[in-house]
Amino acid sequence: MNQVIFLILRRMRAPLVVLIVAYAVSILGMVLIPGTDAEGNPWRMDFFHAFYFVSYMATTIGFGELPYAFNEAQRMWTVVAVYLTVISWLYAIGKILSLIQDPAFKQAVVENSFARGVSHIREPFYIICGYGDTGSLLVKAMAQRNMRTVVVDLNPERINELELADLHVYVPGLCADASLTLTLQEAGLQHRHCAGVVALTDDDQVNLKIAITTKLLHPGIKVICRAETRDAEANMASFGTDSVINPYNTFAHRLALALHSPGTHLLYEWLTGVPEAPLPAPLYPPHGTWLLCGYGRFGKAVKENLDREGVNTVIVEVDPEGTGCAGFCVVGRGTEAETLRAAGVEQAAGIVAGTDDDANNLSIVMTAAELNPDMFMVARQNKRDNHEIFQAALLDLVMQRSEIIARDIFAMMTTPLLGDFLRLILTQSNEWANEQVSRLTAVVGEYVPDIWYFSVDETHTPALLEVLSEGNVIRIEDLSRDSRDRNEILSCLPLLLMRKDQEAELFPQGDVTLQQGDHLLFAGRIGAFERMKWTLQNRNALRYVQTGEETASGYFWRKFVREG
Amino acid sequence: MNLEKVIFGFFIVLALTLNFGFFIGEFENPEHHNVYELFVAIVVNLIATVLKFGDRTQMGAVLLATSLVADLQLIVAAIVWGYAVHVAQTGLDASVMGSIVSLSGGALLANVTSVVLLIIETVNLRR
Repeated sequence: MNQVIFLILRRMRAPLVVLIVAYAVSILGMVLIPGTDAEGNPWRMDFFHAFYFVSYMATTIGFGELPYAFNEAQRMWTVVAVYLTVISWLYAIGKILSLIQDPAFKQAVVENSFARGVSHIREPFYIICGYGDTGSLLVKAMAQRNMRTVVVDLNPERINELELADLHVYVPGLCADASLTLTLQEAGLQHRHCAGVVALTDDDQVNLKIAITTKLLHPGIKVICRAETRDAEANMASFGTDSVINPYNTFAHRLALALHSPGTHLLYEWLTGVPEAPLPAPLYPPHGTWLLCGYGRFGKAVKENLDREGVNTVIVEVDPEGTGCAGFCVVGRGTEAETLRAAGVEQAAGIVAGTDDDANNLSIVMTAAELNPDMFMVARQNKRDNHEIFQAALLDLVMQRSEIIARDIFAMMTTPLLGDFLRLILTQSNEWANEQVSRLTAVVGEYVPDIWYFSVDETHTPALLEVLSEGNVIRIEDLSRDSRDRNEILSCLPLLLMRKDQEAELFPQGDVTLQQGDHLLFAGRIGAFERMKWTLQNRNALRYVQTGEETASGYFWRKFVREG
Repeated sequence: MNLEKVIFGFFIVLALTLNFGFFIGEFENPEHHNVYELFVAIVVNLIATVLKFGDRTQMGAVLLATSLVADLQLIVAAIVWGYAVHVAQTGLDASVMGSIVSLSGGALLANVTSVVLLIIETVNLRR
């Protein structure tokens, strides 16, 4: 039975006993005191009338002295009874009101409605632990695709934020400690529709605990974790956490990618973007020496990645001892012209303002812009609220950590193959990426493409399986034909072909033939997948796009055509 | 000794004894069934019910259920009494008294169950 009712019952024990006793005493008194009826005969009130009288007297309704006028003794007892019962009522009502105000009671009510909200979910959902910048972006992106989520966060303000957020679908939110097993269970960890858990809290230990709990209590569902240190990262990966995301590393890596393989970066951006948003324009960062302001965790990761790309960097850091760059950096905040001049801002090709303070970052790039207007300017944006001012600063590139990470996680959750694809394109050259970018633009136009995935099996593509099992050949290009008119080509492009025991094929050619068990990833315009589904699931549509023949579909008609 | 247990046990046993006191006597004879005893039995039963509120154990749940049954039976008996005397004005004839006493007999069974459960719980404590 639910907790709220128990809480009420337990707290109401004392007031209810007091009420019962007060009523009993009052009624008994009325019955025992002798009275007289209208004619003056001796009369005693019976229990029925006594209960009737006490009921209206105690609630201060007061119909008067019924059924006969009272004598002095009865009136005296009534005075006692009035105070007794009215005070008992006040006590009971006060107790109820204080119970409603009680934080424990409120918590129980909230938890109850949360648990009900979770148990009513009838479709796959994800548990998001931590509703910070990244978490809120992720929840919003998933809501846009009508995917269900459940949020757990320790901070009540963030849960309030969630309640105020304008989301398409209902997202239950609970203010509780996600490192407790009970909290995760309440959030639906063992619910049969729970598809995965995303641990995004800013405490590695908590994320670790969430990952372990999930792996033990609901093995087989996806776990995506955030880890700030390599230690925690290795620890999480050791027991099979599906993806571990190190925010600093991921972010620095993407920045390095943007600077030195803009084509690959663009491919990344396009494929992890929110569908239907306008495509971001390609960037052409110059080669040369780069200034790197801030050498914290993020700065170190950027330097490491830039070094790998073979880029010269000059570090500007206010606290060289604390960050371990004494001796090879320019000391200063970078917000003043002298420091930047000392670092060689006039000759530098670009600057990365990567401190953890948004105001400083803006100040750095604006000072640098005065000294060297042609410079390529990159700033790190820490807080999502500062979006407007970073836009107004007209920088070449603004990197917002939470957004990049949220998009990466989103891509991993929605299309499992996309993660593999993104890993594979990193091994390719920038020229190759540029070529694919132009191919993709030709097909999808100016908006972020829709990404979809299917495998050749009974559930996804019954038509393909049937034709393959008859020994016929299906080429990838057959699938890109429109099933309404096969001369029309659907606006889509195969991105990846995964085959068991074989190396994955990036951007497979149209004449590649399909086999049972193949996994395919496509990118295309919104709506193209709906068309393609016809071909994948309807045998006649498939036959038509392959050969141009329209076959008889009914048993009788098939027979008729064959004989005729 | 736990004062809570004493009060709890007291009310449960008192509910049974009062109920029994009302029930015992010649079945259809109003003289043998005192209205005050019925009143006190109802009050004590109600208090016993409230004392059982909020116990989340299985035993607590069954005790609460038996108590609610006893309350229901006794209150219905009182309503029948009041209806016969004041509304229908038939007085306490044999059929009315019969149904009042048999209702209280049902309540008695429920109260016996309560007490038996209480004894079982106590015996299991072994301390």
